[in-house]
Amino acid sequence: MEQVAGQIIFFLLSAVIVICSILAVTSRRILRAATYLLFVLFATAGFYFQLDYHFLGAVQITIYAGGIVVLFVFAILLTSKLGEKSDKISSTKRGWGLLAAISGAALCLYTLCTHDFFPSQYAAGGEWDMKAIGHMLMGMDKYQYLLPFEAISVLLLACIIGGIMIARKR
Amino acid sequence: MEIPMIYYVVVSTIMFFAGVYGFVTRKNLLAILISLELMLNAVDINFVVFNRYLFPGQLEGFFFTLFAVAIAAAETAIAIAIIINIYRNIKNIKVDNLDKMKY
Repeated sequence: MEQVAGQIIFFLLSAVIVICSILAVTSRRILRAATYLLFVLFATAGFYFQLDYHFLGAVQITIYAGGIVVLFVFAILLTSKLGEKSDKISSTKRGWGLLAAISGAALCLYTLCTHDFFPSQYAAGGEWDMKAIGHMLMGMDKYQYLLPFEAISVLLLACIIGGIMIARKR
Repeated sequence: MEIPMIYYVVVSTIMFFAGVYGFVTRKNLLAILISLELMLNAVDINFVVFNRYLFPGQLEGFFFTLFAVAIAAAETAIAIAIIINIYRNIKNIKVDNLDKMKY
């Protein structure tokens, strides 16, 4: 019973992802594109929850859906009028885009479907507890991630300074 | 949880190439950035799914995704600052109008 519910939720989430990601790149109103992007990000967080990475799902919701989409909406409202439609795409450009997307997708899907992943079963390890994740994030041994963590913090500081420098009025 | 791994990978492939299509065809800089976010997100799904299905005893894909989300947030903030600066200078954010510094 629980498996059936899991499968139904999976297909709902993947339908949301496929439909909304295609709408996000084809919608001519940019604010709607940002809203479809929000739905895609929420459904991705749903995937993470379904794969038992609950911490990652929470991070996805807070940073992507909470932070980035709000930034997008602010920037869109600052730079375009409400209800403004973008110009029609010329057919040659659409043709090149479709060619790139469809040929790339066909190549990738062919490779993925013919490749045999060795233990492609869901390993019922369940969720990692938060304590183990915290120790791995802060440790200095093998398979522990203190250095990238500190590099990210320096990157964020650089981003704050750079954002202020670029966007301030002169 | 009897969902094969290939289903997740197919969904993320479709999402990635929707992003590629938008990146090629869009003219608005913010729309290009939205397509970029779609591509980054598809790659994140791949990392997590491969981590869970192929190497469930380790957390490499998990941490890659965590750091990729952080870097994507930083990159988006800087990109939006640049776009707003461009808008302030030329009152437009269409890519075909951005040829001031080209020659």
